[in-house]
Amino acid sequence: MEIVFLTFILVLSIFLGFELISKVPATLHTPLMSGANAISGITLAGAFLTAGMVGSEIGAWLGAAAVTFATINVVGGYLVTDRMLGMFKSKSGGGK
Amino acid sequence: MSIEMIANFAYILSAALFIFGLKMLGSPATARRGNLLSSVGMLIAVVAGLTAEGIVSYEYIIGGILIGTIIGALAARLVSMTSMPEMVALFNGSGGAASLLVGWSTLYGGDVSTFTAVTVLIAILIGGVTFTGSLIAYGKLSETINSAALVFTGQRVVNSLLLVAIVYCGYMFAVDPAADSQWLYAMLGLALVLGVMAVIPIGGADMPVVISLLNSYSGLAACAAGFAINNNILIVAGSLVGAAGIILTNIMCKAMNRSLANVLFSGFGAVKQGKAIEGEVKPISVEDAYYLFEAASNVCFVPGYGMAVAQAQHVVKELGEILENNGAEVSYAIHPVAGRMPGHMNVLLAEADVPYEQLVEMDDINPRIENVDIAVVIGANDVVNPSAREDEDSPIWGMPIINVDKARTVFVLKRSMASGFSGVDNPLFFGENTRMLFGDAKESISGVIAEFG
Repeated sequence: MEIVFLTFILVLSIFLGFELISKVPATLHTPLMSGANAISGITLAGAFLTAGMVGSEIGAWLGAAAVTFATINVVGGYLVTDRMLGMFKSKSGGGK
Repeated sequence: MSIEMIANFAYILSAALFIFGLKMLGSPATARRGNLLSSVGMLIAVVAGLTAEGIVSYEYIIGGILIGTIIGALAARLVSMTSMPEMVALFNGSGGAASLLVGWSTLYGGDVSTFTAVTVLIAILIGGVTFTGSLIAYGKLSETINSAALVFTGQRVVNSLLLVAIVYCGYMFAVDPAADSQWLYAMLGLALVLGVMAVIPIGGADMPVVISLLNSYSGLAACAAGFAINNNILIVAGSLVGAAGIILTNIMCKAMNRSLANVLFSGFGAVKQGKAIEGEVKPISVEDAYYLFEAASNVCFVPGYGMAVAQAQHVVKELGEILENNGAEVSYAIHPVAGRMPGHMNVLLAEADVPYEQLVEMDDINPRIENVDIAVVIGANDVVNPSAREDEDSPIWGMPIINVDKARTVFVLKRSMASGFSGVDNPLFFGENTRMLFGDAKESISGVIAEFG
């Protein structure tokens, strides 16, 4: 039943993703990608599990490497997206 | 209520924040807040992840977070906007690597079911392909390795053999999954090789497609890792990213009038030769260009990758401002595949403080291109090549282009008379209303600005 449940979530999220992202204008495609990169760093939540186990030394090291890579994505992705979006300014001044 | 339960509710909250964040990316006015919202969602998910049952030691986690934060923050701060495609390529790769490692390390957590073994394999396969594929894409974008398409005889045979080997190793591993199985190591190696093989036949001009696709893979890899460790938030977030990448890939392919299969396997090049073009090139001096600019009431800049290379975006914006003060209407028309990644030109122009209202898409400018007095083509070539419309034998036949040749006058800023990235001749340069402004784009425009001064 677990498999069905997970697949259910997968399919619905893909449809939702298509709906959401097809509305993003071409101007914002680069920030969209780097923002998506940051979101794909969600693997971090999973990497904790394996990095925090004591059972196996190798497993913990692999987990630690996963934590590192995923953190690069999360931190780098959000910061660089914010930096880019900060540059998009409206003509009426102000920005934001 | 157990901690696990709370953590799962927190995941729902962060999924909702991701969705809102992406929704707010729909407009430049709200995009920055959207990104902030999405990062709050991530923070919630990360904290919830830390409470998971089974985590007993935190040293590795803290160490990993520290190193990752330092690298990520430095990279985000130091990267120049011109190198954004390389940066995104590396981030894609790091996402792939993370998913691969999560999948792999799951095997050390004890006995795994066949279902988990299969999902681990998928995470390793997609993650590995994303990792090495992104590294090759990075190499091509930064010109560390030759960015031309590398095609050799027997490439398809080699790739087919790779796929067969992957399926076989995958099967052998799934029947008897163990962390130290030799089939697992074989699988790891094969996935990494496949990533390299997948990207080497793709040329530099097709990089927008590849980056989008690898972006999608990095999301799907996170999805697969989510299946391997039974985690909903990984699946939701991963598939959102996967969908984003696929949509962008599709937009890029459409903008080049090519199928994804064609981009991935054919290696763009001297497939067909279009009609040879004869005609006279009419050069123009900076001074004469100035007189025309001075009289123009509607100017449209059409930037391409060459603008990024020449770092000309700031002078372009300066000229745009002068023209506006001179009473002209100024716009910047951006082709979907201009540059090396989706939206590349928009970011560069935004960096130079061009207000986003002036950035117009191809479909918006084409119907009113006849009213444009001067279309200024800066470092773009294929995306303004009329052969795509007129010459059925041209390799880029059918590709939607910005019809600058229909503007009253076209200025083409170009270093010399070499053909564009795809090696296709461009009849635009020989057009009746085309004037070539030879030389470095940045210098030429600075020259015009000096004339205004």
